[in-house]
Amino acid sequence: METNQDIKILVDNYSLQYSDGTESLRNITLPIYRHCINVLLGPSGGGKSSLLRSLNRLNDLADVSRVSGQILLDGEDVLSPEIDVIELRRRVGMVFSRPVVLPMSIRENITYGLELAGVKKQSVLDQAVERCLKQAALWDEVKDRLDDSANALSGGQKQRVCLARSLATEPEVILLDEPTSGLDPISTLKVESSLQNLKSEYTIVLVPHSIQQAGRTSDYCAFFLQGEMIEHLPGQTMFTNPQEERTRDYVEGRFG
Amino acid sequence: MNSSETNYQKRKITEKVGVLGLTAVTVLTVVPIFFVVGYIIVQGAPAISWEFISGFPGDGMKSGGIFPAIVGTFYLTIGTAIFSVPLGIGAAIYLSEYATDNTFTRLIRVSIINLAGIPSVVYGLFGLGLFVLFLNFGTSILAGSLTLSIMTLPIIISTAEEALRAVPQSFRVVSQSLGGTKWQTIRKVVLPQALPGIITGIILGLERAAGETAPILFTVAAFFLPRLPSSPFDATMALPYHLFVISTQVPGMPVKIQFGTALVLLVFTLSMNLIAAVIRYRARAKRQW
Repeated sequence: METNQDIKILVDNYSLQYSDGTESLRNITLPIYRHCINVLLGPSGGGKSSLLRSLNRLNDLADVSRVSGQILLDGEDVLSPEIDVIELRRRVGMVFSRPVVLPMSIRENITYGLELAGVKKQSVLDQAVERCLKQAALWDEVKDRLDDSANALSGGQKQRVCLARSLATEPEVILLDEPTSGLDPISTLKVESSLQNLKSEYTIVLVPHSIQQAGRTSDYCAFFLQGEMIEHLPGQTMFTNPQEERTRDYVEGRFG
Repeated sequence: MNSSETNYQKRKITEKVGVLGLTAVTVLTVVPIFFVVGYIIVQGAPAISWEFISGFPGDGMKSGGIFPAIVGTFYLTIGTAIFSVPLGIGAAIYLSEYATDNTFTRLIRVSIINLAGIPSVVYGLFGLGLFVLFLNFGTSILAGSLTLSIMTLPIIISTAEEALRAVPQSFRVVSQSLGGTKWQTIRKVVLPQALPGIITGIILGLERAAGETAPILFTVAAFFLPRLPSSPFDATMALPYHLFVISTQVPGMPVKIQFGTALVLLVFTLSMNLIAAVIRYRARAKRQW
């Protein structure tokens, strides 16, 4: 468990407010551990997605009015105006709750990020397609029809295309925002098991779509309620012996 | 039981009468279109011949062909496209992808909407003042194309903006989450998806430009030219203006030449319409969202 203590991202006293005042985060301090599945748990509206989207600055696209604190990725503040946001997003990949494939072929979906980064060599692109689809546990299902439209795939397959796509640029961190919310149980298990395989190479931050999923996957778990982080514990402890009353109530299904 | 049954019967009859009425009204609106097109075809078809399409007018326009007018309208359409397409698409991309909602962009939007409502003869006068006289382009294809461009721009901008906005926002978010810049996202995902809609708008705009008389009246159109224009600074004949001339200015014009000219103009614009429809249809079949 030595490596588990290694902090990949440190969210340090981070606060965020949207212009319309809808959802906000207050004074969040949270370590994200390298090569772990870090789960952000809590009822909706708690600020989990906002925090997730802060880690790759995707919140820049939203109407954010105020931000304070720091988010240190390997010691470097990603909120700093000097940071290259494009480079950051290549280092911190993301998978969304709705499996949105781009309107192109399966192959082109995977190579999209690499081509944006200027990779042109066909052999590199081909290797990336195979590697990523294997990592996302989709290769065997689609290897014979890589040039078909990605839109023709099932929901579960699409979401694994999205996962594979986010792996193509070889990010260090993968953010997943309820990646299985639209999927059937079988597909959900496939995605979860590929996450288990991926954590040896990547740092994973997951907003689960159910408490059960959090229980199955989390190495570390943070509980969010109305913009505050209530507590942060190793996954096992969170579900067997939470310290806070509110966490216990949520985990045991008394609200949320 | 009994009264609810009669109520039901009554409602059914009302419903039937309503639908029948609406159908009748709808049919009524398309009947004139068929009459207009049919009448022009019946009256104009006898005039159509190779000589009519490819020859110059002769005998004080009372015989011969309309070739220079066809060529002129073709040139004007191309000229209008050269100016209005890049400007229109550029403005649409700015408005849809970059502009934030503030007083400045709202002013631009209101201007575009109002530009679309200006009568075409006013554009004609404006073109005369600015391009023909002030900028000294003379009555020329250049001045006419620029005038038609200004008139066409609002159509192209608003249809292109609509097409861009119809592309799901999630595509943009995904593309940027994968390390795409805003411009890469527009170029690689948004524009290709919006292209069929944009092209449709361009064609509809150009089709209107091709058929307009008033804007070219003072800026480019010639009553009669014995040769084809050879540079953008030459005046030219054009189909709509030619039709106006032979219908009102020349006494004793054979009717079939008037309707033949109208038919050629109609085929010109309707075939552009058809191309737009084919593009729309094929894009819809291919669309992935």
